[in-house]
Amino acid sequence: MPRIVVDVMPKPEILDPQGKAIAGALPRIGLSGFSEVRQGKRFELTVDGEITEEVLEHARTAATTLLSNPVIEDVTRVEVLDDASPADDGAGAVR
Amino acid sequence: MTSTAQETGSTASPVEDSVNAFEGASVAGARIGVVTFPGTLDDRDAARAVALAGGTAVSLWHGDETLKDVDAVVLPGGFSYGDYLRAGAISRFAPLMDKIINAAKAPSAPLPVLGICNGFQVLTEAHLLPGSMIKNENLHFMCRDQRLRVENASTSWTNQFSTGQEIVIPLKNQDGQFIADAHVLDELEGEGRVVFRYEGSNPNGSRRGIAGISNAAGNVVGLMPHPEHAVEPGFGPDSSGSDARFGDTPLASGTDGLGLFTSVLHSLVTR
Repeated sequence: MPRIVVDVMPKPEILDPQGKAIAGALPRIGLSGFSEVRQGKRFELTVDGEITEEVLEHARTAATTLLSNPVIEDVTRVEVLDDASPADDGAGAVR
Repeated sequence: MTSTAQETGSTASPVEDSVNAFEGASVAGARIGVVTFPGTLDDRDAARAVALAGGTAVSLWHGDETLKDVDAVVLPGGFSYGDYLRAGAISRFAPLMDKIINAAKAPSAPLPVLGICNGFQVLTEAHLLPGSMIKNENLHFMCRDQRLRVENASTSWTNQFSTGQEIVIPLKNQDGQFIADAHVLDELEGEGRVVFRYEGSNPNGSRRGIAGISNAAGNVVGLMPHPEHAVEPGFGPDSSGSDARFGDTPLASGTDGLGLFTSVLHSLVTR
């Protein structure tokens, strides 16, 4: 099934309390060198059938109306997921 | 208990009638709708507060298509839809919210709407109020009695207070940090739309200590702390705004929250 991926990130000017807590936890497991962590959200919209420009437009509308709040978040990506690319299937592919 | 009282014709108090039946159709006074979403927690307390103030609480379900001719609406606290996605984000698209948004924006006699905690979050997601709420700065769930200053005593929900009056009501939330960009904050301040401000230490990092705001018309008010939990002696905070911080108020006797509910009743009879 073809999928569209939507990434949502907290706006750069907004302090991300969760990201800050994660950044604080990394050195505790021995991983240093990361100066900042920001936590966002990734949505995968599975499409019944072919992904047309209309479907993609609906995904963009969903991204800006329901999936994100423009006061605090930016939509950073609305893209068709290429299933042929294992690096981006979210299933733990590691390069 | 209610049905027994009704069958025997005894005179149950309006409060008990209204709260037990939750519909309270027999109680005189204005009809204040209390909306229940899946995951709402404080609808019963909000209904009880309405009844204690002298109004009639009307239960509204988020999936309803009608406002049942209510005169005002309370969106209570809780975790509607489990706070999934963002607090209030999914509730905002409930069928009843369309009705509430239209009625709240009506050019004449706009519907008074109060959003408490999660209800405040729903109002910002619905764009009836500006700004948004993110996680508390310290990432902790906060639960404490909170002192507030009433900054605007002319809204539909604060007209029984005086400007500058201090009140104490409970605060309990995880996503309580109010944020908006500087332009919006300046506009809120300039138009007197900051209705409540945290007094003392800022509990959650909210910009400029803002605890509650209103729309331009003053009929829509949202705040993070919970006035409906400070309406009845014996079940409220241990202090009141009119007393010293931990002064002489008898245990759990704070009822400062009642003023929001008497305010809306007052605004309805005087408009």
